[in-house]
Amino acid sequence: MGQGTDALYTRTLTDLARGLKDGEFSSRELTESLLQRIDDHQQRLNAFITVTADDALQRADAADKARANGNESLLNGLPIVHKDLFCTKGVLTTCGSRILANFISPYDATVVERISAAGAVMLGKTNMDEFAMGSSTETSYYGPVTNPWNIKLSPGGSSGGSAAAVAARIVPAATGTDTGGSIRQPAALTGTVGLKPTYGRVSRFGMVAFASSLDQAGVITRSVEDAALLLSVIAGYDKRDSTSVDHPVPDYVAGLSKSVKGLKIGIVRQHFDEGLAADCEERVKAALTALKEEGATLIEIDLPNIDLSVPAYYVVAPAECSSNLSRFDGVRFGHRADNPEDLFDLYCRTRSEGFGAEVQRRIMTGTYVLSAGYYDAYYLKAQKVRQLISQDFKKAFENVDVIAGPTAPTTAFAIGEKTDDPIQMYLNDIYTIGANLAGLPGISVPCGFADGLPVGLQLVAPHFAEETILACAHQYQQLTDWHAQGPEEFS
Amino acid sequence: MNDNWEVVIGLEIHTQLATNSKIFSGASTAYGAEANTQACLIDLGYPGVLPVLNGEVVRMAVKFGLAVNATVATRSVFARKNYFYPDLPKGYQISQYELPIVENGELTIRDEHGKEKRIGITRAHLEEDAGKSVHEGFGQETGIDLNRAGTPLLEIVSEPDLRSAKQAITYMRKIHSIVRYLGISDGNMQEGSFRCDANVSVRPRGQEKLGTRAELKNLNSFRFIEKAINFEIERQIEILEDGGKVVLETRLYDSDKDETRAMRSKEEANDYRYFPDPDLLPVELDEEFIESVRKSLPELPDAKLSRFVEQYKLKPADAEILTVSRALADYFEEVAENTDAAVQVAANWVIGDLAAALNNESIDIGDSRIEAAALAGLLNRIADNTISGKIAKEIFNAMWSGEGGADDIIEAKGLKQITDSSAIEEIVDAVIEANPGQVAEYRGGKEKLLGFFVGKVMQDSGGKANPGQVNEILKKKLSDG
Repeated sequence: MGQGTDALYTRTLTDLARGLKDGEFSSRELTESLLQRIDDHQQRLNAFITVTADDALQRADAADKARANGNESLLNGLPIVHKDLFCTKGVLTTCGSRILANFISPYDATVVERISAAGAVMLGKTNMDEFAMGSSTETSYYGPVTNPWNIKLSPGGSSGGSAAAVAARIVPAATGTDTGGSIRQPAALTGTVGLKPTYGRVSRFGMVAFASSLDQAGVITRSVEDAALLLSVIAGYDKRDSTSVDHPVPDYVAGLSKSVKGLKIGIVRQHFDEGLAADCEERVKAALTALKEEGATLIEIDLPNIDLSVPAYYVVAPAECSSNLSRFDGVRFGHRADNPEDLFDLYCRTRSEGFGAEVQRRIMTGTYVLSAGYYDAYYLKAQKVRQLISQDFKKAFENVDVIAGPTAPTTAFAIGEKTDDPIQMYLNDIYTIGANLAGLPGISVPCGFADGLPVGLQLVAPHFAEETILACAHQYQQLTDWHAQGPEEFS
Repeated sequence: MNDNWEVVIGLEIHTQLATNSKIFSGASTAYGAEANTQACLIDLGYPGVLPVLNGEVVRMAVKFGLAVNATVATRSVFARKNYFYPDLPKGYQISQYELPIVENGELTIRDEHGKEKRIGITRAHLEEDAGKSVHEGFGQETGIDLNRAGTPLLEIVSEPDLRSAKQAITYMRKIHSIVRYLGISDGNMQEGSFRCDANVSVRPRGQEKLGTRAELKNLNSFRFIEKAINFEIERQIEILEDGGKVVLETRLYDSDKDETRAMRSKEEANDYRYFPDPDLLPVELDEEFIESVRKSLPELPDAKLSRFVEQYKLKPADAEILTVSRALADYFEEVAENTDAAVQVAANWVIGDLAAALNNESIDIGDSRIEAAALAGLLNRIADNTISGKIAKEIFNAMWSGEGGADDIIEAKGLKQITDSSAIEEIVDAVIEANPGQVAEYRGGKEKLLGFFVGKVMQDSGGKANPGQVNEILKKKLSDG
């Protein structure tokens, strides 16, 4: 006991599970060591909004007891952190916003409930862009998260806290949510694995809604194997979410061994246009070549309408957000303005004080595009574009098994660099948004470094073909060790 | 009413569906619980919660659609109606907008001249109710009770086919009767389970273009609706005749003052920014389901009325009264089937004495103090001449007071009718003997004095002599002289 606990943080979830099972260390030791690590790096990374140390230790002890009694649930005693937009019973759930800065959720999100039921120990809640609106984790009321590879840089967003915590070897795994790239883009920018499942694969119940038709829960890990393990736990129908799909959940870990031989990989012509940084392009192409050498076939394909995905997204997502965020009115929960003069004043001041600039911008955009006289020109048209993009993917998947390309156009950018230019910020999600609009599963895996900063390879598959991208990504990780390289400062 | 003007009315009826749980959550819909005890996290619009459609409301809406001969949509869509109000927890109401579940229905009513008139039903859509703002007892503040939030409603929208307050009421009563027949709503107006908004306008007779309308809100009794509409018609005609213009606005009816007051003009009204609710899938129904619902439909008021006229040879007016509610119709049928009395007699009793007694105590037929079988028993005693109709009323009252069945009361009070001819003859003889003057007059040709003699005989028999026999014997004895 105790031996080697110092370096527990470098190990993956799968590896830790083995260590726990073999009695190499206890859940308590593991938990204590990671809590210490959170503490050590919180100031530099600001990855956490809440740390649930007492709860975690209690759960760790319970997990140790359960293990002693021969009760081994899948994630028994393993650490997890949740993006702070998953409701966690009895724990602060802020969504990175002042308006929920005092909100203790009275219930658990389905994702939280399932991971918890599998025996995992929650260590805390991670920082994020306010209401997941952002691509840099700078819009958080709790301040920006920094990138462990260079703390002057952004880790991407909106699940930046989760990505930074995993990249910095603080925790092996974190949950995230992805509305337009919020799991995959920060994974790419921090050199981690980010999995966004098919829309409907994982229940949205208990996720504070941003854009309901696009939001999907997923995970950020260092190995694809860990992502597969966690997906097996969180995937599946939930009767509390009408949009979750009753589709069988395969053993994702077992499916990882499938070779890429004969796999038809689509390369989207438009993804390698201007806009993609040259060094990123080089890394992505090298990864594709590596897969080709393993027996995959690369096929150039067209997604003719994909360049409309960002504009379509920035109509649909704000429209839904403007309605989803109406419930934050200071009446029942969350922030409420002091001494309102009347109802109008209560609403105006509560929301002006409670929401940050980016959230306000999107609420206003969304309100505008849904307004009488503009609905057809914006919202309806965007929905039509969305249909076209879905059809493009559908057609492409008639000829290929997966679509591969860059996750983000550049490596991590400096904190503050894009905050004054929303359009530049929005363009960060240019390669990821398509999968959200079409409801497709996507994964980002580390595929090398450019100037010492991680680059991500994105793989997208047809609906419910998570197994295909997980297997392909896993096989890629068998060929390379990019994912095993951590930022020096945090090694 | 002024003959130069034509009144145009369309109604939006909100009927609360009689489900046990709410439309998108598992919370109870029972009325009258302590504030905020029947609102779960979904009703409260907590962060992260999602609506899940209660399948029962779909079945109920389909029932209604089929009952009014409407098109039931095989695909309907829930939309969000966005506006801010403290008793609207999510900041939007989930309703149906572009694709409602029921469209293009119709109903036939009888207008004030007894003529049949078709009223179009534009649509009926499902939606959730909001909560309630409570202004009393909170000083400067407002209390919010969210028990009602998420209660399922079916909003039934008519075409502007109604031409008077009377017609509007007739139409509304008919919808009321249908939803209760279908068992999809208790129709309780005091509890707000059945309420309506009325769009009222007037136009010069002969003009095709509709006049500017006002929307009357807060109409929750048939009486108020009629009064509110009539007040509004008068108000609008007065404005127009004075050369003014009616303003498009929402007006609130104040039953205390019997007037409508402007609430808000449509210009300052909300832009509701409807869009399909991404949290809910479209409601897709197959023909098989719709057919299964059709097969489960009960006999509806119109069909029942026709059958009553045909099968029981009732007067249409009586049949109409008897078929207003399914419970009343069932009651009547049970009486009719269990009595040897003529069906019209049974109808008269149900519509007359029974209805009066119920009315008197403001109770429903379901709570009647005399059960159908018992009333049938009473009518049987009239039919077999055990008692007269007049005595029957006395017995009815005794039954109502809980003194037992007809036979018990007849026995206990000795009310059995005298049908023994010799006994009646005895009384008749005595009356003739006691009134020689009248007898002479009668015999002299003043035959309307017969009533006088009948009265005397009935009086002397304590009301128990069989009136038919009394008549017969009297006539015979008087003319014998």
